[in-house]
Amino acid sequence: MKLAYWMYAGPAHIGTLRIASSFQNVHGIMHAPLGDDYFNVMRSMLSRERDFTPVTISVVDRHVLARGSQEKVVNNITRKDAEEHPDLIVLTPTCTSSILQEDLHNFVERASQTAESDVLLADINHYRYNELQAADRTLGQIIKFYIDQARKDGTLPQGKTEKPSVNIIGMTTLGFHNNHDATELKRLMTDLGIEVNEVIPEGASVHNLKRLPQAWFNLVPYREIGLSSAQYLQEEFGTPFIDITPMGIVETARCIRAIQKTLNEQGAGVNYEEFIDNQTRFVSQAAWFSRSIDCQNLTGKKAVVFGDNTHAAAMTKILAREMGIHVVMAGTYCKYDADWFREQVSEYCDEVLISEDNGEIGDKIAQHEPSAIFGTQMERHVGKRLDIPCGVIAAPIHIQNFPVGYTPYMGYEGANQIVDLVYNSFTLGMEDHLLEIFGGHDTKEVITKTMSADSDLAWTKDGQAELNKIPGFVRGKVKRNTEKFARDRGFSEINVEVLYAAKESVGA
Amino acid sequence: MTLAETQPQALEFECETGNYHTFCPISCVAWLYQKIEDSFFLVIGTKTCGYFLQNAMGVMIFAEPRYAMAELEEGDISAQLNDYEELKRLCLQIKRDRNPSVIVWIGTCTTEIIKTDLEGIAPRLESEIGIPIVVARANGLDYAFTQGEDTVLAAMAHRCPEKSPTLESEKKERNAISSLLNFGKKKEEAIAEESAYRDHTPLVLFGSLPDPVVTQLTLELKRQGIKVSGWLPSKRFTELPAIEEGYYVSGVNPFLSRTATTLMRRRKCKLIGSPFPIGPDGTRAWIEKICAVLDIEPKGLDEREAQIWESLEDYLQIVRGKSVFFMGDNLLEVSLARFLVRCGMTVSEIGIPYMDKRYQAAELAFLEKTCQEMGVPLPKIVEKPDNYNQIQRIKEIQPDLVITGMAHANPLEARGITTKWSVEFTFAQIHGFTNARDILELVTRPLRRNNSLKGLGWEKLVREEATSPLG
Repeated sequence: MKLAYWMYAGPAHIGTLRIASSFQNVHGIMHAPLGDDYFNVMRSMLSRERDFTPVTISVVDRHVLARGSQEKVVNNITRKDAEEHPDLIVLTPTCTSSILQEDLHNFVERASQTAESDVLLADINHYRYNELQAADRTLGQIIKFYIDQARKDGTLPQGKTEKPSVNIIGMTTLGFHNNHDATELKRLMTDLGIEVNEVIPEGASVHNLKRLPQAWFNLVPYREIGLSSAQYLQEEFGTPFIDITPMGIVETARCIRAIQKTLNEQGAGVNYEEFIDNQTRFVSQAAWFSRSIDCQNLTGKKAVVFGDNTHAAAMTKILAREMGIHVVMAGTYCKYDADWFREQVSEYCDEVLISEDNGEIGDKIAQHEPSAIFGTQMERHVGKRLDIPCGVIAAPIHIQNFPVGYTPYMGYEGANQIVDLVYNSFTLGMEDHLLEIFGGHDTKEVITKTMSADSDLAWTKDGQAELNKIPGFVRGKVKRNTEKFARDRGFSEINVEVLYAAKESVGA
Repeated sequence: MTLAETQPQALEFECETGNYHTFCPISCVAWLYQKIEDSFFLVIGTKTCGYFLQNAMGVMIFAEPRYAMAELEEGDISAQLNDYEELKRLCLQIKRDRNPSVIVWIGTCTTEIIKTDLEGIAPRLESEIGIPIVVARANGLDYAFTQGEDTVLAAMAHRCPEKSPTLESEKKERNAISSLLNFGKKKEEAIAEESAYRDHTPLVLFGSLPDPVVTQLTLELKRQGIKVSGWLPSKRFTELPAIEEGYYVSGVNPFLSRTATTLMRRRKCKLIGSPFPIGPDGTRAWIEKICAVLDIEPKGLDEREAQIWESLEDYLQIVRGKSVFFMGDNLLEVSLARFLVRCGMTVSEIGIPYMDKRYQAAELAFLEKTCQEMGVPLPKIVEKPDNYNQIQRIKEIQPDLVITGMAHANPLEARGITTKWSVEFTFAQIHGFTNARDILELVTRPLRRNNSLKGLGWEKLVREEATSPLG
């Protein structure tokens, strides 16, 4: 057993369902107890989805536990097939129901015989893989299924597309800014004169998966999801893939040069150097921003970075190389892929941390006392407690990670967005000086807005006991008012008498 | 056609046993850890449980000091590890870091499936580490959403002291509510207050409500000369009310049937079966029933109820004549439907995850009576509904408002169906006379919002042809 207060990556079935529900017209069936279908809530509420999440729960209750599912799962698959005519139905258990030892393969087999749609069982060990690994595997499984099917039917298209083309692999529902990244990368490819063959899985049709081998190369922008699919396509069809995350000016250029190389090896004869130079120096604002006067003060500021492999590595490189910020620690929660992370960031930071324990990360942040944090929602929370600003750069996702306006993290527009995020996370320029010289904006009022822990006033035992009797919803206010009263009158200690004197003075 | 002909004779019940969405019962942790201030909740389950609480309920980040997951790993599932030793290791760590007055173990589906003997382990570990351990099996195999609270309170009912305290100091300790009510008053005043109570068999209320609502309901009964001896749960585990044989108990929530049964069977209490104190009509019926049982003549209830209804008039004008459909989520459905019918609405369907007809008998009878008095058809009550079928019915009858779980709210709204999240009624303060306004504030908010956007012609925000048959 593990004592856990926070999870950076979700359980495996979330990964599977993210893939299934990203495709068009694919339905997920969960074999799970009541309430385990909260994926529907996440998709509907966090990303403000307008459509019903194509996931149905086949409820495991006490009866199922006692007698087995019998016809229930099969019936639910065939029922959904008749109701919605999906192209594919993906069956998944959760950690809980995966230990029931029901023969889900058999259910899928039986349902396939009557259903019009294809039926697949997500083949995942729910105790070994997390959300990200499961998403990567499920995507690979679905691709392989349809490639094999097309081969069998003899419908696999031969040869490459006429013009240079790309598959962008790994864009999913509930991914961190994935929707905006997908748009930005499609634009970038258009700018480079590259046709987008397929973007998968978000918005794709499973019937188009057989077209994947026609692309000249595969682009895998996220380390976590899509890599195994790209490797599979390379093994099967020799399609090269590029897994350089185009985040920040430098890495975007590196990614484009890798694309240039791979296209030229296939005889395209492209030269993107002028495009890169033009974008970097004149179109994009990010490179200029780093040189602008205002940002001199970023030099040597300390930052801590933490997130998934993709975003934490990219952010570390951007801060260190493109902005001259001192990254004191870079960390990832992708423990299963720690070597890659170390290799990517070691030369850009003082310390590397590989951990899934939010307490450990919080302690490290407190020790380093950086000027800013770039992390997940959890580090934002830690930052709030320590009064350190935090820019959110990675999942676990939150409703705030689905802004309505266009905010990619990738490509040249992504670089602009990141610059804004970094700038807004630090206090800079004249504001910085003013704060240092005058010690804040407003020094008249003695009352502090902070809660108790860092207060200079001591509460005696009886004072604290009395305070605790006050109902929680007004306690904070009573506490602040009492402390203000004590500061005004010069008490250094608050006992029960001071508390009541304060209460009387406000006539409460 | 006369009105009478359109009305069925009795409430119609159906059990659809469909595929439906509601929250997992472990979600009770979200409000119980806040309510019981000296508690620690340990949910013994998998990543699936933890991610639910973190993401769908959003509790973890704020609850961190008093809530954690005991995440079961492969070794636990395959029984290679010793459950007792593992739980001991975790609980000692909790004791060292947080030192709570009680650790509540929340059993989950996984501990049910692998048959972890939590009830067997707890007493041994409790005596070894010296902290009370309460075991609640809030699993999704047997329970839905709010019933999680029922499992915790039923388990806690066993921990209430058997004898009320006789020592003065102890009395003070246990009487947290009265000291709260008398906050700031002089001792003589407090004693004078004491004589305002009539002499009656002690009454204990059960159900977790926010502290201000506890105070409101306690005061409401005090006006009738009724003294509430305590609440289950109390603000602190160390202040659980004493429960002696023969005490009266009354539940404030419709999902507490196991707690009621435990109090009756194990603690030999007498249950006051009444409608629930939700809405002015329900609150009045609840007080009246308690008065009747305690042989006290209620006073001023007519005026009190009338005064509340009068203050609701601005909201009532919005809801009168409108129809509402409950997809079913938190088991508050029958009480809310009854109140909304009294407000002048019609209810076509009440979906509900679980229907205990005995514990809810008085509420169901009250619903029937209210429908008859208001001259509206009786709603159909659908237990364990099938969400897909419900959506077809909603499309057909186009209700003015659908009260639904979070999974369906946005998609329905995008199709021009006005919705309210049922979960808001779980967390808002809806009990008692004073809070009736808050219920209607919630109910009318989507109606008011959509009314203010009405002229824009944006009602449907999905393309008909592009949506699934559900659309």
